[in-house]
Amino acid sequence: MRALLVERLVHRFAAARMAAAVAGSGAGIAIGPLRLGEFDPPSLPGPRWHRVTPLLSGICGSDLAMLDGASSHFFEDVVTFPFVPGHEVVGVVTDGPDAGRRIVVEPVLSCVVRGIDPPCPSCAVGRTGACERIAFGHLRPGLQTGYCADTGGGWSDELVAHEAQLHLVPDEMRDEAAVMVEPAACAVHAALGGGVMPGERVVVLGSGTVGLCTLAALRRHTLPSALLSVAKYRVQRRFAEDFGADEVVAPSELGRAVRRMTGTLALASTAGAIERLAGGADVVFDCVGSARSIAEALEVVRPGGRIVLVGMPGVVRVDLAPLWQREIALIGAYAYGTEEVPEGSRRTFALAFELVVEAQLERLVSAHYPLERYEEAVRHAASAGRRGSVKVVFDLRREDPGWRRPAASAASKRRVPRGDKGLETSA
Amino acid sequence: MSPRPGFVLEVDRSTPPTLFWHGEGFRFERLPEGSRVVYPPEPLDGLRDPDASVRHALEHPIGDSAPLSALLRPGMRLTIAFDDVSLPLPPMRRPDVRQRVIEAVLDAAAAAGVDDVVLIAALALHRRMTDEELRHALGDRVFDAFAPHGLLLQHDAEDPEALVHLGMTAEGEDVEINRRAAESDLLVYVNINLSAMDGGHKSVATGLASYRSLRHHHNVRTLQRSRSLMDRHNSEMHSSNWRMGRLIRNAGVKIFQIETTLNLDMFPSQFNFLQKREWEWSLADRAGFHSTRMALERTPPRLARQIFQSMLSPYAPTSVQAGEVEAVHDVTLEHLHRQQLVSVEGQADILTMGLPYLCPYNVNSIMNPILVACLGLGYFFNLYRGKPLVREGGVCIMSHPTPWAFHPVHHPSYIDFFEQVLAETTDLVEIEKNYEEAFATDPWYVHLYRTSYAYHGVHPLYMWYWCAHALEHLGAVIIVGGDRAAVRRMGFKPASTLADALEMAEDVVGRSPTITHLHAPPLLVADVS
Repeated sequence: MRALLVERLVHRFAAARMAAAVAGSGAGIAIGPLRLGEFDPPSLPGPRWHRVTPLLSGICGSDLAMLDGASSHFFEDVVTFPFVPGHEVVGVVTDGPDAGRRIVVEPVLSCVVRGIDPPCPSCAVGRTGACERIAFGHLRPGLQTGYCADTGGGWSDELVAHEAQLHLVPDEMRDEAAVMVEPAACAVHAALGGGVMPGERVVVLGSGTVGLCTLAALRRHTLPSALLSVAKYRVQRRFAEDFGADEVVAPSELGRAVRRMTGTLALASTAGAIERLAGGADVVFDCVGSARSIAEALEVVRPGGRIVLVGMPGVVRVDLAPLWQREIALIGAYAYGTEEVPEGSRRTFALAFELVVEAQLERLVSAHYPLERYEEAVRHAASAGRRGSVKVVFDLRREDPGWRRPAASAASKRRVPRGDKGLETSA
Repeated sequence: MSPRPGFVLEVDRSTPPTLFWHGEGFRFERLPEGSRVVYPPEPLDGLRDPDASVRHALEHPIGDSAPLSALLRPGMRLTIAFDDVSLPLPPMRRPDVRQRVIEAVLDAAAAAGVDDVVLIAALALHRRMTDEELRHALGDRVFDAFAPHGLLLQHDAEDPEALVHLGMTAEGEDVEINRRAAESDLLVYVNINLSAMDGGHKSVATGLASYRSLRHHHNVRTLQRSRSLMDRHNSEMHSSNWRMGRLIRNAGVKIFQIETTLNLDMFPSQFNFLQKREWEWSLADRAGFHSTRMALERTPPRLARQIFQSMLSPYAPTSVQAGEVEAVHDVTLEHLHRQQLVSVEGQADILTMGLPYLCPYNVNSIMNPILVACLGLGYFFNLYRGKPLVREGGVCIMSHPTPWAFHPVHHPSYIDFFEQVLAETTDLVEIEKNYEEAFATDPWYVHLYRTSYAYHGVHPLYMWYWCAHALEHLGAVIIVGGDRAAVRRMGFKPASTLADALEMAEDVVGRSPTITHLHAPPLLVADVS
């Protein structure tokens, strides 16, 4: 099968990291750890597993961080190399009773998927995103499909998924809508995790895919009195307005906008300037995850307020004095599971399907690339806002005439490291 | 030789390029043949002995008023209010005319044994003056005698204890002014009448008022009906102030109004070329202009701003009159018109103007985009009596760099207004309805207005309203040489050159338009027939 594979090549991660540091995200794609090739498809790990042919697979901010060599070492124990990235997947099941039907993959590799019974305390209550066994069971470590050597990922012609991971896509839903279900699920989980009370004033930092989906989820599931979005680029501003932001401001205007929204006072060494606010927003959703965005969140959240980290952070240097002195709660929001909503407990993915339809999130899919143009695709995704785009996806539906399968010669065969199983040859 | 009156030049082939102000710089533009250029009159001669004229005015009041000395008695409360840093423009060389007048008033008070005297800068919603600015306006002697003892105050429109509500006019307008001024036995108001808009009842009813009072005439509807702000009999803004002023008088507030007019000698000798007609420039004027322009082109904007802001005007007083408010103001207007009025026949399709570096609200500060709009559309557009210089549906072309820059200390709410409100809408009525209250009552703006040197939170909205008449009248506004994003943010059209602007204007007014250029400053008022 064709696939983009990430190998554990330290020097290539280092090169990508250096290139990204110098020339920006995506700049090191050609010298980084990602390689296109022909590989054996993953084996089915068990009886309730199915083969899936991806149709569309998104490029996520966490993928970019990984390709830039900027991911936290925290993930090292919950990832197995080599892996095929791609966890935002709409595909077709190719075996079993649902063969031929379109599905969206819920990528978290939780207890049920790993064949662990009884499940861990988190999975037992439906909080699969917080699974305590993501490095155990009959799969090798991997927090999600797309980070596990045994499952494959969406950036390929084929992956395997447990039936608990599969969500049937309604016939009327386009592939572009379905590929947005996974990021929408993250957003729904974050929006509900922030515990926004009616009448609270909310800020969403960042208007990439995660930020915009979070905005849409907040508008659907909460009742803030004011919802302020920070958008850097024109396309983001337009979508933020469409998704229900009461006010959309440029990053440089954040402090002033929150001050005005909340009517609070401001502090600065020069009167009239703003360095930080005396009060601030009730809840700030940081959909960027950088040191700067976390610091900004701390500057504009009120004492006793909450900051929800939605964007994936890495190792960051942040002054936590305001968090301490102002008793601010810093809350992580990762993945999905089960949510408590007024109508009862519901799977996050079920809510995400509804959000995708209601907010017409398929509009965010801005560019399709074949796997063969992965370097271009990654660079585009890394500069999406600047280029007037939001979500960039790999389109596996196409027959690209430029792609020719390499001949099964010794030269074209790739030796794929298989961890503790040694080296295996794939054709 | 007596000073020549204002003049309307028709541009022909032999006319040299016309000087346009362009912020802290100039443009030299060749106007199309047939264009008209309205030049201000030459400066009138100043009073021969200004101090003697002041003393004479105090003792020979106009209208229903006793001489100042007869109004003063031991044990009385005397308050002297004076115009703030927004006047005159540019600031005048020492001694400022306020110093001359206030020293004379204080001499009279001392002679009469008055010892309860307080000075109040009539800020309205303007920023507080710095000590340096107060010292410049009042002179060392006055400043040192009053400031250290807490007797030199600045009106605080947000201090409920320092305000008193005197009642409501028949039109339902609240009249709330400074308590000390209202409860004094005599309120002396010292005015600088740089333009016909200033003075009269506006001095107290605006300068010493609160937001509660000011909102009745600083609003879109009133300013749309002020045609023009320089013609008080056709200005709803002035009518409102006059109603309030009469209520103040009827409430028992005794006002002794002192108004002064200045000639048009606005610029120091090295900038003589600014006061001359281009074809009359001497070799020295030409050299002065070109060297100044070249130097400014190489000067960083911040330094250029400092250079211009440090310029002091050699203004000379041309009249001083004192006594009853309305009678005094009528005489003041006669003096102003004698200096500033220029007869112009008919309106043009296009009005062009070069905007200088300074307006009433950026003394020692930055001319931000809202102030550019206000200066051009609020002030210069209104420099008329009768009819506007440009026809209804015509185009106004203004030249100014219009930088996207703000003074954070002086104009904090301007930043929010520009970055957030104007990004949403430029519609005056919508802004007034949806944003005014929030800006007027925002506690941070109130805090900065009272404790720092910030204009009141609502001030940028007022400056936007100031454009109301022009925006209703004009078909388009084009700014030449401005920051394009800033110009667009205000709903105007940017143009790189005057030629481009004229071509763009033709889309609105048709081909072969008539053009009038307002050659100011120095200030003039066009009497358009």
